[in-house]
Amino acid sequence: MNIAARLLQFIVFPGFLFTAAAGLFLCWLDRKITARIQYRIGPPWHQPLTDIVKLLGKETMIPAGASKATFLTAPLIGLAGVTLVSTLLGLTDFDPKVGFVGDIIVVLYLLTLPALSVILGGFSSNNPLASIGSSREMKLVLSYELPFILALLVPIIKSGGLLTIGGILNYQLAEGAILNSVSGSFALVAAILCVQAKLGLVPFDLAEAETEIVGGALIEYSGPPLAVFKLTKAMLLFTLPLFLTILFLGGIILNGTAILWGVLKLAALLVVIVLIRNTNPRLRIDQALRFFWGPVTILAILGVILALFGY
Amino acid sequence: MDLKKRALTKSLWAFHMSTASCNNCDIEILDCLTPRHDIERFGIVLIGSIRHADVLLVTGVVNRNCRDIVKKLYDQAPKPCLVVAVGTCPAGRGIFHNSYNVVEAEPLDKIIPVDAYIPGCPPKPEAIIDGIVKLIDKCSKSR
Repeated sequence: MNIAARLLQFIVFPGFLFTAAAGLFLCWLDRKITARIQYRIGPPWHQPLTDIVKLLGKETMIPAGASKATFLTAPLIGLAGVTLVSTLLGLTDFDPKVGFVGDIIVVLYLLTLPALSVILGGFSSNNPLASIGSSREMKLVLSYELPFILALLVPIIKSGGLLTIGGILNYQLAEGAILNSVSGSFALVAAILCVQAKLGLVPFDLAEAETEIVGGALIEYSGPPLAVFKLTKAMLLFTLPLFLTILFLGGIILNGTAILWGVLKLAALLVVIVLIRNTNPRLRIDQALRFFWGPVTILAILGVILALFGY
Repeated sequence: MDLKKRALTKSLWAFHMSTASCNNCDIEILDCLTPRHDIERFGIVLIGSIRHADVLLVTGVVNRNCRDIVKKLYDQAPKPCLVVAVGTCPAGRGIFHNSYNVVEAEPLDKIIPVDAYIPGCPPKPEAIIDGIVKLIDKCSKSR
């Protein structure tokens, strides 16, 4: 395949532009559902896009004493990570043969880049509240990565030790979704909770915590860099449910009415995430750590053991 | 109307600054976000950090302690940033006009440029929404 086609895949479909559009739409869905739960009307469909365009047109302020280069490049690291992941996942979903051995591990690593960019940005902005936010984000990453990896082990074991996303997809096409097994459903519950923390949504939004540390790591960001952070978050809102759909629910099959069924699976995952976000209070960082290393890890380990015994 | 201004008027993020107010105006501002009025329909949300703000809502009379803070806060806001004086106090110092702690010569618009005044003690949520509509009209016509 020539380089131009590759670039087109990264920039237009299924990479940056497509994921950004889908992510902004899901971002609106999130805000709209939240509003309806609170008996409000909610914003119009173009609201997340308008926010991004507005932020792009505003002034960029660099706080005094901040490390300028790190402060400005930090948001781009996260955006690059989520773009790579979405391209890889989208291509694999089209054609399971595209992937390479170990691509699930690569995706796992790339998915930590957005969290890393928030940590870098917060620490480089020379603000005590941003530092608190960054240190919380760091502890949160340490707490959710363990159960997330354990949960991802279940589809790998079930599909016979395949370390490719395409292999897991093929296995599900032949044998039915991983969710249909006991171990798969345990792992999916653990994985949804980890995704909630990866997205920084409410029970685990302590890195941003608008009401106590006023935006946390993002407190000093304004204008275009803030827009990049918001866009990264919106893209993650599409990419992470897609990742779970591919691993546990059999992916989105691009074939006639099966597309609709695939989109429904994605939407159902998103609604679960939004409902968790709207019905829970924020946890403290020690509570979040205890929650992830306690119940969620135990659930994921149970899933792994059951998967090893073939349930 | 160009894209930049259009996007700005459709997505105003408000930062709420209370300069020694009696909290009545603050409660009326929060009323605008409740299900009855729900100004998120127009893209208006309250945000916590001044760096994210498009609108600076100032409530309360600006006294000696707050004067420098208001000035500093306005300088920290990324431009374009609109300023709205909510209530009678920041507009004309209200019932505190002859208080010992109020700087005689300096109502809010002598310290920072004010784009809209919403009078009332406190203004009703409807009045605040009306003020924001006028602010948006002014913003989209000017410049």
